[in-house]
Amino acid sequence: MRYWKGFRDGIPIALGYLSVSFAFGIQAISLGLTPLQAVLISLLNVTSAGQLAGLQLMTAGAGLPEMALTQLTINLRYALMSISLSQKLDESMNTLHRLLISFANTDEVFAVASSQKGKVGRAYLYGLTNGPVAGWVMGTALGALAGGLLPDSVTNALGIAIYGMFIAIILPPARAMREVRVVVLMAVAMSCLITFLPALSFISDGFRIIICAVVASALGAWLLPPPLNEDEDDEKEALD
Amino acid sequence: MAWGTFLTYVLVMAGVTYLIRMLPLAAIRGKVRSKFVQAFLYYVPYAVLGAMTIPAVFSSTGSLPGAVAGVVVAVVLGWLNKGLLTVAAAACVAAYVVSMVVH
Repeated sequence: MRYWKGFRDGIPIALGYLSVSFAFGIQAISLGLTPLQAVLISLLNVTSAGQLAGLQLMTAGAGLPEMALTQLTINLRYALMSISLSQKLDESMNTLHRLLISFANTDEVFAVASSQKGKVGRAYLYGLTNGPVAGWVMGTALGALAGGLLPDSVTNALGIAIYGMFIAIILPPARAMREVRVVVLMAVAMSCLITFLPALSFISDGFRIIICAVVASALGAWLLPPPLNEDEDDEKEALD
Repeated sequence: MAWGTFLTYVLVMAGVTYLIRMLPLAAIRGKVRSKFVQAFLYYVPYAVLGAMTIPAVFSSTGSLPGAVAGVVVAVVLGWLNKGLLTVAAAACVAAYVVSMVVH
C-alpha cells in the first residue's frame, strides 16, 4: 500500500525526469559518448546538474581532482537535504535501507518526501524513488538513441518541466503559510543577487544554492519560527 | 570515449555524489531536539527549491518570453494546488506556444 502511494507520488517526477534526461542523452551523444556510456552515467549518478558538468569535464579531458571537486561543489546541497530527510525517517529505515535510498535522494524525491505528513518509511521511499530512477535512465537512453528525431523547439520547451514541478511543490505551502512565503522570497532574492551582481559571479551554481538555502532557512528559523507541532504529526501518522 | 578513461571519470563522479547523499543519512539517527535546528531543517526544502528555480528557470527553454509564460502558468496553477504533473506539463505547453508565437 505505502509502496504504491510512493510510486504514484513519483510518477510526475519520473515524467519530468524523462524530459530532462532526454536532453542529457542528446548532449552526451553530441559530445562523443556512446548511448551505453550516457545511460551508465545516468544510472550511477541520478543527478542533473552534476552529470551535465561531469559530461563537460570528461569530454574536455579534465583532471580527476577537478572532477571530484566540481561534483562536490554542485552536489553538496544533497548533504543538506539528507540531513533534513534524516529527521523524517521512521524506524523501518535501518542502515541497509538508508544506504540504498540515499542513492536516489534527488532534489525532487527529497521535496516530495519532505512534503508528506509525519514520518516516511522504506516502503513509501522505495515506491517514490523507483519510478524517477527508471524515468531518468530511460529518458537518457531515448535521448541518446532518438534525440535527433525531435525538433529543437520541442526539446527546448521540455527544459522547463522540472522547474514547473518545483513551483508546484513550493506554492501550496507558500500560499498556506506566510513563514514559508517569506523564506522562499528571501532565498529567491539572494539567488538573483548572486547570479546578477558581477562582484558575486565567482560563486558557482552549487554554492549559490547552498548559501541561499542556509541563509534563508537560518533567518527564517531565527526570526519567523514555523508553527511546528511534532506531536500532532506523530498522532496523524498513528491514525493513518 | 575510450572505456577505461570513461569508467575512471564515472566512478569518481558517482562516488563523490553518493558519499555526499549517503553519509548524513547513514550517520544521523536521532531526532534533532533544538527548536532552531528543527525550524531550519523545515525551511531547507523550500529555500533550496526557490534558489534552484529562480533565476535559472528563465534560461531553461532557450526563449525568455517562453520561459516567462511557463513560469506564470506554473505559478497560477501551483497557487490553485494543481498536481505536479499538471503544472509541469502546462508550463511546457505555455513555453512552447509562446516561444513559437514570438519567434
